[in-house]
Amino acid sequence: MDPLILSRIQFGANISFHILFPAITIALGWVLLFFKLRYNATGDSAWMRAYFTWVKVFALSFAMGVVSGVTMSFQFGTNWPGYMETVGNIAGPLLAYEILTAFFLEAAFLGIMLFGFRRVSNRIHTLATVLVAGGTTVSAFWIIALNSWMQTPAGFEMRDGVAHAVDWWAIVFNPSMPYRLVHMLLASGLTVSFLIAGLSALRYLYGDRSESMWKALRTGVFTAAILIPIQIFAGDQHGLNTLEHQPQKIAAMEANWNTGPNVPLVLFAWPDEAARENRFELAIPDGASVVLRHSSSGVVPGLNDYPGNHPPVFPVFWGFRIMVGTGVLMLIVSWSAAFFLKRRHSLPKPLALLMVPMTISGWVATLAGWYTTEIGRQPWLVTGVLKTADAVGPVAGSHVALTLAVYLILYVLLLIAYLGVLVHLALKAAKDGDASPLPGVMNAALSQPAAGE
Amino acid sequence: MSFDWPTLLPLIFAGLMGLAILIYVILDGFDLGIGILFAAAEDAEQDTMIAAIGPFWDANETWLVLAVGLLLVAFPLAHGTILTALYIPAFLLLVGLILRGVAFDFRAKVPAGRKHRWNRIFFLGSIIASLAQGYMLGVYVLGLDVGLGGMAFGALVALCLAAAYAAMGAAWLIYKTEGELQRKAVRWLRTALVLAALGMVAVSLATPFASPRIFDKWFVWPQMLYLSPLPILSALLFVWLWRQTFHLPRPDDRHALTPFLSLAAIFALGFAGLAWSFYPFVVPDKLTIWQAASAPESLAIILAGTVVVLPIIIFYSFYAYRVFGGKATDLTYD
Repeated sequence: MDPLILSRIQFGANISFHILFPAITIALGWVLLFFKLRYNATGDSAWMRAYFTWVKVFALSFAMGVVSGVTMSFQFGTNWPGYMETVGNIAGPLLAYEILTAFFLEAAFLGIMLFGFRRVSNRIHTLATVLVAGGTTVSAFWIIALNSWMQTPAGFEMRDGVAHAVDWWAIVFNPSMPYRLVHMLLASGLTVSFLIAGLSALRYLYGDRSESMWKALRTGVFTAAILIPIQIFAGDQHGLNTLEHQPQKIAAMEANWNTGPNVPLVLFAWPDEAARENRFELAIPDGASVVLRHSSSGVVPGLNDYPGNHPPVFPVFWGFRIMVGTGVLMLIVSWSAAFFLKRRHSLPKPLALLMVPMTISGWVATLAGWYTTEIGRQPWLVTGVLKTADAVGPVAGSHVALTLAVYLILYVLLLIAYLGVLVHLALKAAKDGDASPLPGVMNAALSQPAAGE
Repeated sequence: MSFDWPTLLPLIFAGLMGLAILIYVILDGFDLGIGILFAAAEDAEQDTMIAAIGPFWDANETWLVLAVGLLLVAFPLAHGTILTALYIPAFLLLVGLILRGVAFDFRAKVPAGRKHRWNRIFFLGSIIASLAQGYMLGVYVLGLDVGLGGMAFGALVALCLAAAYAAMGAAWLIYKTEGELQRKAVRWLRTALVLAALGMVAVSLATPFASPRIFDKWFVWPQMLYLSPLPILSALLFVWLWRQTFHLPRPDDRHALTPFLSLAAIFALGFAGLAWSFYPFVVPDKLTIWQAASAPESLAIILAGTVVVLPIIIFYSFYAYRVFGGKATDLTYD
């Protein structure tokens, strides 16, 4: 098979697997800090129990993120040498700063955060949590800056076919960067809130009514209920930014073929690129014009303006719909759950049953969103600078196919093991309830008292 | 050679990359080595062995990300050439590192019945990653020649590097453990040391004979005289350390860190030898560090950050090691 498409699938598989874990650790670090600060403020040991349940999920997710991230740093060289050869002067410093300012910080203080509660003062332990959470966020900042620069490059000039940096401020804060960063940080927040809410709902269904379960459940549900409307707004703003800078991506997201006013919002369709039309279309008249231009006569770009230079329509169109659909479902579920928790101080069983599969809704939406924006960048690797086909390395298709197969098998097995451990940890916490042993009361003296014991 | 920035920057980055590789090999060397020694340890010992590296392995592996990252950002042409030539061993290294890294966490969190499976995966991941690194070193030393002879030599270096890592792992255990496990670690060190020495001799002999250019760098007067401390010191350290294994552990646990420091010194000497052999090439006999380097302005902005951040990284890494200093006890989330 063609090494280009195989390398693309391989990179897609690697980065899809990778993003699942940063999507959790970026926000979970801050949630852990919240648990820790509540414990510091109230002295309620249930907060510390919640911390120790979720720090295990953090540790596991962090390890998965690190090992899959190492794979990414090799992939540039093994499969896409043309990428660094062309834009290495821009991508290099951004990646280097990610490693220097984020990776070491996270890795060094993770040990103290996970295993150091009894070895350092409470203040240092809280500081370690801050540094780890901060490290994950700084890491997101740099990598989103690089990804956004590939979408909407700025602040550089081409000399002899190689990109050279001119203005680092413009490179880092390129046109789509603030929007994408906010969108991704919120996505991480939602992924974690639904993860916590979903696994707490599972504990609830197993009869766990412990304080630490309630605290985690409320944290998850209320955070989700607050973040989802902000995310819908931020996503809309991000879309308008894309309309300005990458109109062909918007055209593919809306499956709109002809530029013009009064463009309908296509709810369902089977985009047919050969015939350049939508089959089985179900649409709201003028909808896309209203959403994108805030007027029914607003002009929306069409794919036919970009012959041979627009992304494949089908995956972009459907990726976008899956993301938005999941978002709407998140809104309904989190607001209903918030209502019942606030007013009734209980959770109806059907809602709890629905929240369990919603545990991974953040993953679904995040992946669908990334597929939309990354496939939507094609055929370019760096918009207007480097085509994906020109960056692929001289590796035999059979090599790429073999390694791809092994990666896929490995990733499926690891995902099964990961989800299995999450359920196992939740059920174990449900069984122990408030009787789970608190750290420090077992054998050695604590460097600080575990209040309430 | 003139000393302007376009000349100096690639040189500085080659030095930084070398430093990152050396630190990685020493630090993750003992992690991987302990993974290899897992196969020879009892269940209860395995928990202690994990506790001896649990808080550190993550930061240790980050040095590999920095080394590969520096290769990627400072010498993009070399990154592509080397990693496409080593496609399959690099892939195996990654699979090994993935398995090793996740096994750390899974073995502590799965239901008790499944722990054995993840212990085996931990061993498997460590040995695969070590062998892959050794193989890559062997093939690189021969100038990325992937003929049948090159592969055989790569396999030999793979075994010896795995043995060297096992020696590092054993030396770290001598420092971090006590009692029966510590005595066992001394015996492991003695065996692994022999294989590690063999590997070092093999690489040292093969490098000059694989390339006439490298031969000329070593076997000309008076360079031979200046360079002679490298092999002589390494050999003395090996012999001295091997003799020490008959006296360790000492009463009061004196010199518990000595084997580890000696091995680190041996690694550093070997690394200095390799650096001398290959300088100024980053892809042996094909690309020099100046031909493969990024634009000076990009290197300068990375260097500015590195100069500020690297000392901070080293400082807090030492702090993390100090927090978890002393003999390893059971590792719990507290």
